[in-house]
Amino acid sequence: MAAGVAAWLPFARAAAIGWMPVANLPMPVAPTEKNKRQDELIILNVSGRRFQTWKNTLDRYPDTLLGSSEKEFFYNEETKEYFFDRDPDVFRSVLNFYRTGKLHYPRYECISSYDEELSFFGIIPEIIGDCCYEEYKDRKRENAERLMDDQEDNKDSKLPNMTFRETMWRAFENPHTSTMALVFYYVTGFFIAISVITNVVETVPCGTVPNQKEVPCGERYTVAFFCMDTACVMIFTVEYLMRLFAAPSRYRFMRSVMSIIDVVAILPYYIGLVMTDNEDVSGAFVTLRVFRVFRIFKFSRHSQGLRILGYTLKSCASELGFLLFSLTMAIIIFATVMFYAEKGSSSSKFTSIPASFWYTIVTMTTLGYGDMVPKTIAGKIFGSICSLSGVLVIALPVPVIVSNFSRIYHQNQRADKRRAQKKARLARIRISKAGSSNAFLHSKRNGLFNEALDSIEEEQRLTKSTSLLESQHHHLLHCLEKTTNHEFVDEQCYQQSYLEAGQNYPSRSPSLSSQDGVTGTCCTRRSKKRHSPLPNASAPAHMHPLTHHPHTHQHGLQELSTIHIQPLSTSRSSLNMRVDEPAPLNCQSGQITTAIISIPTPPATTPEGDAHPPAGPALQNVVKVSAL
Amino acid sequence: MKSRSQDQSLSDSRELDRSYDPLTDSVSDEGELSTVCYRPEGLDHLLQQTNFNKKELQVLYRGFKNVTVGRLPQECPSGVVNEETFKHIYSQFFPQGDSSMYAHFLFEAFDTHNNGSVCFEDFVMGLSIILRGSITDKLNWAFNLYDLNKDGCITKEEMTDIMCSIYDMMGKYTYPCMKDNAPKEHVDNFFRKMDKNNDGVVTIEEFLETCQKDENIMQSMHMFDNVI
Repeated sequence: MAAGVAAWLPFARAAAIGWMPVANLPMPVAPTEKNKRQDELIILNVSGRRFQTWKNTLDRYPDTLLGSSEKEFFYNEETKEYFFDRDPDVFRSVLNFYRTGKLHYPRYECISSYDEELSFFGIIPEIIGDCCYEEYKDRKRENAERLMDDQEDNKDSKLPNMTFRETMWRAFENPHTSTMALVFYYVTGFFIAISVITNVVETVPCGTVPNQKEVPCGERYTVAFFCMDTACVMIFTVEYLMRLFAAPSRYRFMRSVMSIIDVVAILPYYIGLVMTDNEDVSGAFVTLRVFRVFRIFKFSRHSQGLRILGYTLKSCASELGFLLFSLTMAIIIFATVMFYAEKGSSSSKFTSIPASFWYTIVTMTTLGYGDMVPKTIAGKIFGSICSLSGVLVIALPVPVIVSNFSRIYHQNQRADKRRAQKKARLARIRISKAGSSNAFLHSKRNGLFNEALDSIEEEQRLTKSTSLLESQHHHLLHCLEKTTNHEFVDEQCYQQSYLEAGQNYPSRSPSLSSQDGVTGTCCTRRSKKRHSPLPNASAPAHMHPLTHHPHTHQHGLQELSTIHIQPLSTSRSSLNMRVDEPAPLNCQSGQITTAIISIPTPPATTPEGDAHPPAGPALQNVVKVSAL
Repeated sequence: MKSRSQDQSLSDSRELDRSYDPLTDSVSDEGELSTVCYRPEGLDHLLQQTNFNKKELQVLYRGFKNVTVGRLPQECPSGVVNEETFKHIYSQFFPQGDSSMYAHFLFEAFDTHNNGSVCFEDFVMGLSIILRGSITDKLNWAFNLYDLNKDGCITKEEMTDIMCSIYDMMGKYTYPCMKDNAPKEHVDNFFRKMDKNNDGVVTIEEFLETCQKDENIMQSMHMFDNVI
């Protein structure tokens, strides 16, 4: 019910007294209001700004947060007010809704933040008043379009487990996805150009054969042109068939504009083949060749501007229709007038009204060829009126079309700009995210380090650098690792491991030294970083932690985490024990098992013999886990 | 406390606007709506005249003012409630049927000055009678409601009108099905009960007498006493 009306329920009930004397039956018992309270003021503290209202005002809409008992969750006992940690500016609109019954959308507010606030307070946006509803819907639509654009971009970065058909289709639709697609794109573009140029050059007079008139090149070099045409049509046919094969919905593809253009482009050739040199139909054959010019429309796949133009014309169909209609009207009127005006003059070219159409069109579009010219004075007067009005009639719908084109074009440009900026944005976001996950991995190392090295002063320094929140978060992540028996790694290492998992499977195990470059960015940098605070530099850098660790398990983890943060850290540590350099072994799950099997007992190679024999089985256990 | 009557304020605002042409007695500005703003008499005055206490009057006024303030965008705050508002309010409470006639009769009952609008005083005084008045006052008020032409007696036609308007509020979907002569039957019933001397009209005395003898009616008169 509307806000004002809800307050009138007592009045309506009171006025029900008017029914009492005429009623024949006894009335039902009225509901009693338990502990009927006087209307009280409620204080709503929204991020420090205090709003006050009557309790009854809020009770008008019992299915929202403020009108129901849900607000009790936000009640602050000490200050006796309801505290909401939300935006106070948007809250103004929310509270005004309770007061006036109308929800307004402030124009300066961001649409998504407004929607969030509304959903927090349990108000559906559909009840926005008429005054603001249109604006709200427009902004929402724009936002949705932007989201859709972003989604479409995300679709491009799909994982490589699509079928061959899907890959092909994606390559066709978006040539920037792979090199093959790009090559194909340029090749087809080149052949379209060749074909069009061929059609054009075919008609150029190519020098004379003695005692014959000038022949066009097409007739002179028939074979050459025929070969060129055949080649182009071959390419186009193959392309069309490939697209047809790859299309997710063949029926829809066949109905699309581009495929129709494709078909129209190649059909004349085949029809020509079929018809051969039949004299009767050569006229029709010639007409067919005209359709070859449609090949130029195939360029619209290659040019976005062309597509936008086509889309604009389609969307301005009504304006164009109006333009055509008004032009037709004007042409007919003026043609009639000119015909009758020029009827009197002798040898006038205005022989009939349709004949005058040509004059009218030429004049209205201000072409003025001069092949038909009025001679009478009346004719000249009407002719000038005709040309003046022509300018007006044509100029009127044009700005509408232009503005439509401009809007769509700018929209596209903005989409492109967003896409270009997106990469940079995502990179920045990834860096900041990596920063936080690095913090975890870093502190994991620190934590393990600390567990083992109780005596070293580093410990104090390191623990101070992580706040309580961080340490709790890290502990949580650690618990998860323990639960799932997997460990966190950073993105680059994971992707590398994933990509190279297939390639390097058989050969990885024994040779550890050959992959320096791969892990460079993700791991060795970190390993270098870790080396500095480590004491005891006698042994090779990566061996240092081993000297101090009583627990081999963490030992292994620690060892590995200095070098690579990999899910298979333990196995790598065993490998590290064997070789001197930081083993640039990638996160390759498959290989680790083989690696473990092939490595001889690691303890033999390390200085601290005692610590390591238990490392073997412990490591192996862990390895098994990580091989999952 | 000086009270500004509606006419007084109307002429004040017209002169201030300078859009009022005294010669032709018309407002020159076409698009300008009447800027009449009617303010009620003071709270103390109303306290004397009605049986409500201060808080109740405050609550009533706040609800009243909400409805007078620009329900339609072109309405300026007028300080009075017109018949449209009554109809609108009742249509919200009784959506199934057509409550416009009853709202009209009710409006007539509240509009004691017969000037087409209910100011806050009228409203509050009416409510005071209904909710805080003696049983005789309430019955008087009800009689006044039924007596459409306010001539002191209820004829069968008037009663039929009232009854039809009440039945209209029920709407079409009722159980048992609404028969066309249901209001008429009810009116006959009423007259049989009330019209003692069978002269075809019910006077106030007959009305009061019959109602005071009827237990049901007496009880139901007190039902809504604490809605405010």
